[in-house]
Amino acid sequence: MSLLNLKLRVWRQKNGTSKGAFVNYDAPNISPDMSFLEMLDVVNEKLITQNQEPIAFESDCREGICGACSMVINGIPHGKERGTTACQLHMRHFKNGETIVIEPWRARAFPLIKDLVVDRTAFDRIQQAGGFVSVNTGSAPDAHAILVHKDNAEKAFDAAACIGCGACVAACKNASAMLFVGSKISQLAHLPQGDPERKRRAKAMVMQMDAEGFGSCTNTLECEAVCPKEISTRVIAELNWEFMRS
Amino acid sequence: MLNASIPEGPIADKWASYCDASKPINPANKRKYHVIVVGTGLAGASAAASLGELGFRVSTFCFQDSPRRAHSIAAQGGINAAKNYKNDGDSVHRLFYDTIKGGDFRSREANVYRLAQLSVKIIDQCVAQGVPFAREYGGLLDNRSFGGSLVSRTFYARGQTGQQLLLGAYGALNRQIAAGTVKSYPRTEMQDLVVIDGQAKGIITRDLLTGELRAHMADCVVLATGGYGPVFYLSTNAVGCNVTATYRAYKKGAFFANPCYTQIHPTCIPQSGDHQSKLTLMSESLRNDGRVWVPLKKGDARPQEQIPESERDYYLERKYPSYGNLAPRDISSRAAKQVCDEGRGVGPGGRGVYLDFSDSIKRLGQDVITARYGNLFDMYAKITGENPYQTPMRIYPAVHYTMGGLWVDYGLMSNLPGLFVLGEANFSDHGANRLGASALMQGLADGYFVLPYTVASYLNHVKPGAIKNTDAQVTGGLRETHESIVRLMSVRGKHSPDYFHRELGKIMWNDCGMARTEQSLKNALSEIPKIREAFWKDVCVPGSSQDYNPVLEKASRVADFLEFAELLCLDALERRESCGGHFREEFQTEDGEAKRDDKNFSHVAAWEYRGSGQKPTRHQEELAFENIALAQRSYK
Ligand SMILES: Cc1cc2nc3c(=O)[nH]c(=O)nc-3n(C[C@H](O)[C@H](O)[C@H](O)COP(=O)(O)OP(=O)(O)OC[C@H]3O[C@@H](n4cnc5c(N)ncnc54)[C@H](O)[C@@H]3O)c2cc1C
Ligand code: FES
Repeated sequence: MSLLNLKLRVWRQKNGTSKGAFVNYDAPNISPDMSFLEMLDVVNEKLITQNQEPIAFESDCREGICGACSMVINGIPHGKERGTTACQLHMRHFKNGETIVIEPWRARAFPLIKDLVVDRTAFDRIQQAGGFVSVNTGSAPDAHAILVHKDNAEKAFDAAACIGCGACVAACKNASAMLFVGSKISQLAHLPQGDPERKRRAKAMVMQMDAEGFGSCTNTLECEAVCPKEISTRVIAELNWEFMRS
Repeated sequence: MLNASIPEGPIADKWASYCDASKPINPANKRKYHVIVVGTGLAGASAAASLGELGFRVSTFCFQDSPRRAHSIAAQGGINAAKNYKNDGDSVHRLFYDTIKGGDFRSREANVYRLAQLSVKIIDQCVAQGVPFAREYGGLLDNRSFGGSLVSRTFYARGQTGQQLLLGAYGALNRQIAAGTVKSYPRTEMQDLVVIDGQAKGIITRDLLTGELRAHMADCVVLATGGYGPVFYLSTNAVGCNVTATYRAYKKGAFFANPCYTQIHPTCIPQSGDHQSKLTLMSESLRNDGRVWVPLKKGDARPQEQIPESERDYYLERKYPSYGNLAPRDISSRAAKQVCDEGRGVGPGGRGVYLDFSDSIKRLGQDVITARYGNLFDMYAKITGENPYQTPMRIYPAVHYTMGGLWVDYGLMSNLPGLFVLGEANFSDHGANRLGASALMQGLADGYFVLPYTVASYLNHVKPGAIKNTDAQVTGGLRETHESIVRLMSVRGKHSPDYFHRELGKIMWNDCGMARTEQSLKNALSEIPKIREAFWKDVCVPGSSQDYNPVLEKASRVADFLEFAELLCLDALERRESCGGHFREEFQTEDGEAKRDDKNFSHVAAWEYRGSGQKPTRHQEELAFENIALAQRSYK
């Protein structure tokens, strides 16, 4: 495949209080084998050598598991490839000459830090409210003392696959965090270990979610469509059920 | 001669006698002690949560925006434990034996034995937390095999074991944050260690959002800051992994042990171009069902489906009939390099070998393979644009893990009293080569089960809160950190920090990678200072240091790599033998395997910093093998 010449329209904003705007950049000679972030690296490298501030974005693992990378690409969180984070999106999916629009997650509960970087600590606070099993180190029984039906283990896993990136919030017109919260609730609801605290957990996490300023869910299912781990909105139904029981 | 303070008595009783001997601290007094834990990966998060549960006041630090994003999240394949749930003859002793042998007899027996003992408790703990491990139809836990072992002792959660274990530890940590015993400082990077009267008493940090420098004082400091793989630039590590915390502690007097022990993993996706920012691992678990091969004939450029069975060389199965595709990592990596050096490699540049699932797909069906490795196959397809269900994967070795790290004694304390080091950041348990699925085990054993005891037994002798942050060492440390940031910002040269990082990586990979020679190492030792000099003349860090500035973060890490790389090469040069991942071409057996020199090198090399431009001092800790006889490793 031949190299791509692309145009970028990138949201630049110095910090949370200043005004932001789109800035245009050229991204010439991009290899189709590059990841989206490697393409941005190339653009940034050039900016740095001109003593200009590069486009700030987050990344760490660059293999779709840490949840650090977060950007809206052509209107879709993480871009249009299904089940793919921005760091795993490869340039072979773009056409030569294309203009790519890149924006940060936009949600009241995710204040902007700089350019494409937002503050997602609200997610941590929701987990702190109850996203755990209360078991002290050293007090656990033998692992085989707790049997778990294979199907339940699989369902728990499907929900536990959440990487906490926040794409679900960014995609939702209400900026709802129900898919994120539901994934933890669902994981623990399918396991016997989660049972004793299920009521308290559902209530506490939902209250914290509301306190952080996330919106409510109106079933538009955009979250499921953009989730890089393809977590199903089944977990939202389960969250509602667990919350009603609490 | 360094003393590891290993308890007396038979190996199986050492840990119990250590615990028995340590006096508990009165619960009311525990609250008076402040413990700093730098790093929130498996080692740090499990340690901080457990210390919080015990009632200590804990502060945790990580450079990511959330503790949950530590690099442990990326571990794929699994975690070992001597549960013997498969009734295939596993035991604490067998896990101990496999790990010592896998490490090519360069680790400390007492630590490894304890690790094997504690492994069983880790699985119990994680299951109780709700970690969704793979299960069988009967509801029991499933296992698989990993390299270097003939039993099936690896517990896993699809291909995301590290993620699930870390989220378990993160949950435990969150519970303590909510309870108020732990205070978490994300986006806060440790810049320096504060040492007062020879004891670790705090750290200097930089707030990565505001640039604010601050001193945090404590009664002891725990570093769980991970490995230094990216000293090679390209590796399977997250791009933020770095040596800064451990290297700066080294400059403050902590000994750095065996920096030359680095692990090259055999199964990674080959590099596709110069733009590459990291390499992606394809978990070793794939070798349970995938067969590794290259064409028999040199320069055979036919597409793989046209190469008949008789013209394929399943070289691991041929050379190591008893372990086959599950030969340990160092051995498999070198074998791959060898066939590629012979001109039999596949793919662009001939730097690749096939990992072929067609036999397993025929035997087990595609569904079974998807259930076992679906996410890995997807990841491969995303990165390469090829479908591994239809064509074999192409793989090549890449830097993956670092066995070296800060020197610690049996209690995981460095030579600086009050400085504890856990997880990949310490050197202790894996010798010269780590077996698969044993880093997660070690990180969690250290954090959940070892550190809470050893920290308590240290603090028993420490008066809480004795140091104030107005001490001259503290103000001096803040000033030094400030000055080094100003220095980085003021160069205003022409190149990005990455530019120099890539240059360093090339030298490290070529001269100090899978095969090392005296000459290549001497070459590296003369080239590295040149890159460092160029860096300080020509690096450019735009923006401000009082602001969120990822280029500044990167520049400061690269500056440390540029110094640390020299220590790594020096260690490799002075270790005149081959062992595990440290392969010196001058020292090999007739059939090309690593040849140890037990007479002269059965020791840990621990380096002491002597000042900028001075040669560091090499200390030794002798390794005694009392329970396993030293032998030439064989996987044939
Ligand atoms: C792709 C991949 C797959 C792997 N798969 C497996 C596997 O299947 N089984 C297995 O056993 N092992 C595996 N490993 C190895 C294993 O994942 C790691 O060795 C282990 O997770 C390291 O854990 P840790 O807690 O020591 O450090 P990490 O998880 O690396 O955490 C380091 C922490 O330190 C913090 N930190 C670092 N520097 C600073 C600083 N200066 N200031 C503040 N904070 C700092 C970071 O923010 C982070 O929180 C794999 C490794 C890789 C790369
Ligand atoms: S960088 Fe980790 S998920 Fe993208």
